[in-house]
Amino acid sequence: MEPLTQPNEKTIATTRPKIFEVTNLNVYYPDFRAIRDVSLNVAANEITAFIGPSGCGKTTMLRSFNRMNDLIPTAKITGTLLYRGADLYNKTVDPVEVRRRIGMVFQKPNPFPKSIYDNVAYGPRISGKVKKGTEMDDLVESSLRKAALWEEVKDRLKSSALGMSGGQQQRLCIARAIATNPDVVLMDEPCSALDPIATGKIEELMTQLKKEYTILIVTHNMQQAARVSDRTAFFSVEVEEEHDSRTGVLVEEGPTEKIFSNPNDQRTENYITGRFG
Amino acid sequence: MALSTLNSGAEHAREKIVRELQGTRFDISGFIFRFSLIFGLGSGVLILGAVMWDVVGDGSGFLFDRGWEFLTGNASSRANSYGIFEGLRGTFWIGVFVVVFAFPLGVGAAIYLEEYASDSRLTRFIELNIRNLAGVPSVVYGVLGLAIFVRALDGFYPNSIDRHLGSTTAAAGATLAILVLPIVIITASEAIRAVPQSLREGGFGVGATKWEVIRHHVLPYAAPGIFTGTLLSLARALGEAAPLILIGGVLGSLGPKSSLLELEQLGERFTAMPLMITQLAKKPAFIGDWNSATAAAILVLLVVVIAANLIAICLRNHYERKRS
Repeated sequence: MEPLTQPNEKTIATTRPKIFEVTNLNVYYPDFRAIRDVSLNVAANEITAFIGPSGCGKTTMLRSFNRMNDLIPTAKITGTLLYRGADLYNKTVDPVEVRRRIGMVFQKPNPFPKSIYDNVAYGPRISGKVKKGTEMDDLVESSLRKAALWEEVKDRLKSSALGMSGGQQQRLCIARAIATNPDVVLMDEPCSALDPIATGKIEELMTQLKKEYTILIVTHNMQQAARVSDRTAFFSVEVEEEHDSRTGVLVEEGPTEKIFSNPNDQRTENYITGRFG
Repeated sequence: MALSTLNSGAEHAREKIVRELQGTRFDISGFIFRFSLIFGLGSGVLILGAVMWDVVGDGSGFLFDRGWEFLTGNASSRANSYGIFEGLRGTFWIGVFVVVFAFPLGVGAAIYLEEYASDSRLTRFIELNIRNLAGVPSVVYGVLGLAIFVRALDGFYPNSIDRHLGSTTAAAGATLAILVLPIVIITASEAIRAVPQSLREGGFGVGATKWEVIRHHVLPYAAPGIFTGTLLSLARALGEAAPLILIGGVLGSLGPKSSLLELEQLGERFTAMPLMITQLAKKPAFIGDWNSATAAAILVLLVVVIAANLIAICLRNHYERKRS
């Protein structure tokens, strides 16, 4: 098993390196199979959107990329998920190391009940790679700047993060995620709890961030997928009447433009044109 | 003409709506419900107030007259020279045992049950049993303490002035620590369960280990609930009399007086405030002012228990401020 290595200088070449290679991924919960046989590649510095109706397993899929599904002890995973060639589900892989490279932003803003500064500084602090003092101050500032939040909070870094608006809190969570200098940022419906103005800010931010990071985003909002993503993966639900179970499957994946204008699969077309889901 | 009929039609419809909206409903069952709630609250407050009034009225004068002497003196056969020091000392050490043993063990057990244990049949069985243990009468814990800490561990206590089996301060403290352990576990478990999962995910999401998530996020968030629950259980332990009687607490003077913090007394015989109050209450009222002495002792125990609760409230507020 080769150890996970820090990614090298990010190349902005036309042939982008593959960040993730997923082959025949299945996630099982005790009473049903959440996703079945998903195979998918994700390239560096792109935004990949996962869309699909409720219960299609797109969030489960997203949480497989940084082993958040490990938090559900009954979940079981088969298939392979390579991150820069390394098998994330190899027994010797430490999920903590995975999550430091593959950060996550959640559906509901979930800042820690600490100060704005401490929220951003928390990840680097526990990794022990950044020294207290000016080095940490600089990192907090640059993370907040990247999250387009610095100007709004620079005078109240010591005040509680819970006093911010929902949109600010979500941008703080993005700053918190990028403060650990991750390679990939996973976003699970990051705008579903936000108003349109805050949503616009986050979307703008995503297109900025993809210069440095690879972004995977789950969204219910198809316009959002169309606006921000380079590639789109459409998931659907297969309902088995006899077992009364639902399974998520990847219907198709491709350039966003193609998925939205000329999809290969009828199910995708139906979903996009609003005929189901 | 057509317009006016239209207008009068609209006016008619408006009046009908206004009539229908004017309710004259008298909600009799709602009224009875509300009244019975107020009655419940009122009778509780009234009874508590009456008890307090009685105790303060009987005891405060005595307490102020005797003052420091009452708190630092030893038990005596005469009411006006009686002191409750030995009881206070025993109660103090029981509190120490509860804080030192029951709190860490109970909170530790709660953390394990909530954060580490898998949701298996065994775990659920253990949880159910802990809940049942919390409801076991305290006398039963007295029997348990008698069997374990007094009889079985007798040989471990250093022999002191008189050979008296193991009815020691340590046995009393350990018994009451065991008594409140299930309550500590349950309240701490509930406080930990109330921590939002999103907070844990936020911690894991930036690469925190399980221990870091628990230490930095779960415990600070659960702290107010844990402190409230544990200190309430401390108050309960300080007020227990029945198990102490069973494990052989002394209902009289202990003899030579050792100071509050002397560790030696852990291996010596003990008494405690609830035992003293029991004893005082049994004294014949016509020989001396035992009535007032009893009330004064009750007042002191009440102050101790209220102080424990106040500390709980202060700690809860402190940690609640920290998490907002």
